[in-house]
Amino acid sequence: MSEETIASIQLPDPVQLIVSNSPHIRGGETISKIMVHVLVALAPAAAAAIWFFGFAALQVMVLCTVGCVAVEEIWNKCAGRKPTWKDGSAALTGLLLAMNLSAGAPWWICILGALLAIGLGKQIFGGLGFNPFNPALVARVALLIGFPQLMTSWVVPNPGNFAACDALTGATPLGASGEAVASLSNLFIGNVGGCLGETSALALLIGGFYLLIKKLIKWQVPAAFIGTVALISAVVHHFNPDLTQPALYHILAGGLLIGAFFMATDMVTSPMTANGALIFGFGCGLITSVIRIWGGYPEGVSFSILFMNALTPLIDRSTIGKPFGYIRIKKEKD
Amino acid sequence: MTIILTSLIFAALLGAILAVVIGAAAKAFAVEIDPRIETVTDMLPGANCGGCGYAGCADFGKAIVENGVPPSQCPVASAKDAGRIAEYLGMKAEEKEKVIAVVKCSGGISTTERSPYNGVNDCRSAVLVAGGAKGCDYGCIGFASCARACPFDAIEIRDGLAVVHPDLCVGCGKCVDTCPKNLIVLVPASVDVHVYCNSPEKGPVKRKVCKTACIACRKCVKAADNEDQMIIKGFLIETNYDNPPISDLVEKTGCPTTALRLASKHAAGAYEGVSK
Amino acid sequence: MSPKTHKFKGGVHPDDSKRLSASKAVVDAPLLDKYTVIVHQNIGAPPEVVVEKGDEVKKGDLLAKAAGFVSVPLHAPTSGTVTAIDKCEGPTGIRVPSIEITADGEDTWGDCMTPIADWQQAEPADLKQRVSDAGVVGMGGAGFPAHVKLSPQKPINTLILNGAECEPYLTADHRLMLEQAEDVVLGAAILARILGLETAIIGVENNKPDAIAALEKVAGKYNVQVQGLPVNYPQGAEKQLIYALTGREVPIGGLPMDVGCVVQNVASAVAVADAVVKGRPLIERITTVTGEPLVNPGNWRFRLGTPVSKAIELAGGVKYQPAKLLLGGPMMGFAQSSLDVTVMKNTSGILLIPAEQVSLYTSEPCIRCGKCVQVCPMDILPATISQAVENERFDWAAQLNVLACIECGSCSYVCPSHRPLNQHFKRAKAEIMAARRKEQKK
Repeated sequence: MSEETIASIQLPDPVQLIVSNSPHIRGGETISKIMVHVLVALAPAAAAAIWFFGFAALQVMVLCTVGCVAVEEIWNKCAGRKPTWKDGSAALTGLLLAMNLSAGAPWWICILGALLAIGLGKQIFGGLGFNPFNPALVARVALLIGFPQLMTSWVVPNPGNFAACDALTGATPLGASGEAVASLSNLFIGNVGGCLGETSALALLIGGFYLLIKKLIKWQVPAAFIGTVALISAVVHHFNPDLTQPALYHILAGGLLIGAFFMATDMVTSPMTANGALIFGFGCGLITSVIRIWGGYPEGVSFSILFMNALTPLIDRSTIGKPFGYIRIKKEKD
Repeated sequence: MTIILTSLIFAALLGAILAVVIGAAAKAFAVEIDPRIETVTDMLPGANCGGCGYAGCADFGKAIVENGVPPSQCPVASAKDAGRIAEYLGMKAEEKEKVIAVVKCSGGISTTERSPYNGVNDCRSAVLVAGGAKGCDYGCIGFASCARACPFDAIEIRDGLAVVHPDLCVGCGKCVDTCPKNLIVLVPASVDVHVYCNSPEKGPVKRKVCKTACIACRKCVKAADNEDQMIIKGFLIETNYDNPPISDLVEKTGCPTTALRLASKHAAGAYEGVSK
Repeated sequence: MSPKTHKFKGGVHPDDSKRLSASKAVVDAPLLDKYTVIVHQNIGAPPEVVVEKGDEVKKGDLLAKAAGFVSVPLHAPTSGTVTAIDKCEGPTGIRVPSIEITADGEDTWGDCMTPIADWQQAEPADLKQRVSDAGVVGMGGAGFPAHVKLSPQKPINTLILNGAECEPYLTADHRLMLEQAEDVVLGAAILARILGLETAIIGVENNKPDAIAALEKVAGKYNVQVQGLPVNYPQGAEKQLIYALTGREVPIGGLPMDVGCVVQNVASAVAVADAVVKGRPLIERITTVTGEPLVNPGNWRFRLGTPVSKAIELAGGVKYQPAKLLLGGPMMGFAQSSLDVTVMKNTSGILLIPAEQVSLYTSEPCIRCGKCVQVCPMDILPATISQAVENERFDWAAQLNVLACIECGSCSYVCPSHRPLNQHFKRAKAEIMAARRKEQKK
């Protein structure tokens, strides 16, 4: 071919032309970009945690994140798979796990949590994309059941004081007694004991809206989740104020916000369809409310999300929409 | 003490009742099975390859006992095993010629022109894109659809080319339908000489994209003991499996493109490299 | 007909990159020494070759005649000698039968069909016969014989001309509508007469305001409507276009005629106008030769059988090695591994894509982000179907309505895991159709 052409005109070399199926161009979305966006969305909450709990919080976050990435890579090595740390999913799991721990968590809890999250929660099922349950929540629940004392004693917040503070408190904003232990404004800002990521509602909302704007999460999940909790707690509080706190308190306290925006919306373990996301959010809200108000545990967000994770394939299957042009076919058959 | 006693009595009673119920159910819903089916199934290889045309060994065992299907229909069982089954059932033992699969292509990555392909690594998917990205429209794509289908691991992908190991292949034929280029044929296992090319194109066209294509030079036809042993089909030569040549034909011919090969040597890798 | 358009669900917004060639006027490609015309340029039966090696042909002479109803004849792109009837590289990577014509340089027309000047009085059946004789096919990409679409078995009340050209990079239809607006409208009017309709709608994406203006200027002459459409890929897909303009949903596995519509590409309409008014068969078409690696992208009017290598030469060659060569647009076009492929009736574009624009497919696991579900214009679940196909569960894929897929590629475009979703669907469709054929044989 090339001999025939005039010297100045250059033709492409056909041997180097890649053949592949259409489409031949792609929008720039990648897994790691998505993960980085979620990490960015978590940044305000992480900053708030450091502000209120000092360097102890930072230590927990670093331990969990590095632990998760390390466990993932060791697992990959043993299983003969390619390294996957670059996709950022292990780091995200680590940070989410840290958000579920107290600032006073000892180092070995963090490492054990990383092992549980990546090993038991993710890799045992085949790695990213195949895990039925949210890995960070698997670790959190396993630790909660294994070490109930450790997992429910919180560091007293000490805003702006970054030095380690050891004062522990067992008081949870959602105590079984149903009494408010913190003011609404403190709950909103985060000046309250609890897990790293459970405290500052403001920071979580900023991150949540970032995710919504970036269209990385389906709005249906947090809307249905928070809406259901608000509705149930409002109704119960209206009829029996002694039993539980008002709706706003339920929204701001505990892990509802981080659960609704960051945990329940985990792509791998939540439904793909829009209607499925609504059902998923509603189910999470219902179970959370039942556990919070009538259950034995003060907090039910993680259990509810894990439970709904298990139902995700069923929800997905039952909410498959009718494709474009389907209605007519059905009419003809009838 | 009483608690232990009560629970013991309760457990014993419950057990007794359930035993009666289960026993009754087993009688009521019993299915009559010819005990010979199980024996025959046990005597079959248990590979569940489906090469016999039935859904696994148990189904085939049932067919043997109930419908008198000859046990020799199993491609895996040796003649002796089939004979034992026939003897057990009092059937007449039938001899069936053993067959093996041959992938009629010798164009590996080093001997053919290919474009860089990007997509699903499966032959049946790859063939939908630019016909398989290989210079030759008829050659092996090398994405192992046949190898994955083989229950006996008898197909190896070597240099981007599917190669059947004749000693491992039992001729079940599972691979035949997986090949989108229809390259795989079942031939008598006793024949070792095959033409590893399937392209009906003219010689120069084939040679341009593949160094080991059969160019129908007829050297092998002339070298054969009998003119009839190799059949000329357009621009392609094929072994006549009804009147097969003996193995020394390859040596006698000295095929200029090495498309004429022995299955045993092809699999052993004796032809690796490019013909001069 | 309501003037407002309907928005179909989903779709993507790739960078259209039309600026490379949108302002370049169509140039007639110079006559070549040799044309290699691929015989089978239409969906349906391949036409029967009626010439032999050594035959003298004039421009527009019959090379192959239609073999059956769903088939179209093929005509000589120039005058000269038939020097070979052989095989050449086809657009799908498989070598296909072709006719090689060595030009005599005279480029003289043969005995053409007589022009039907008073088409407004002509019998619709005669006009339809003319469309069929001229070898007109859907020139947007599919290559479906035009006269078959004009012979609907169901009542038709809407004729739609597809000028959406939603594929990025391509500007052939854009230039055609701009420069030959009158021919487009004339073709629309002829097509409407064949179908017994008073009017036709031309749907054009709003990113071509100059084309819309040009069409609107002449549309009144033949009572044709021009409708701007929102820019949303795949706006030009037949089913989506019908929905956008009429709000009707073509049933899965159905045809536009099931909802009373006929859709023709604008380039086909011009070919129809040429065939009727000038008596010219379809032997040339406007093709966009574009892509960042090219020195001088633009739009040319190529004779059928022009090799891609000559087209790239016309565009000044390449500045650097492209990663892919495509026939058609980047979303649905076919990747080529040879420069010997020739321009066919449905070659709307010859596109060279640089390496930095090509992100390779990797079969990373699906992270179930659901983006494919959001963008799918047919509202099926690409992620789930691709998993079904990976496990070779084609029955399951069929249940998930993979046959509804129009292979627009929107799902693969957005997939963050770079999964080859579209290829999975093609495979599933091929396997399901093969299984059904097998079933029918039994």
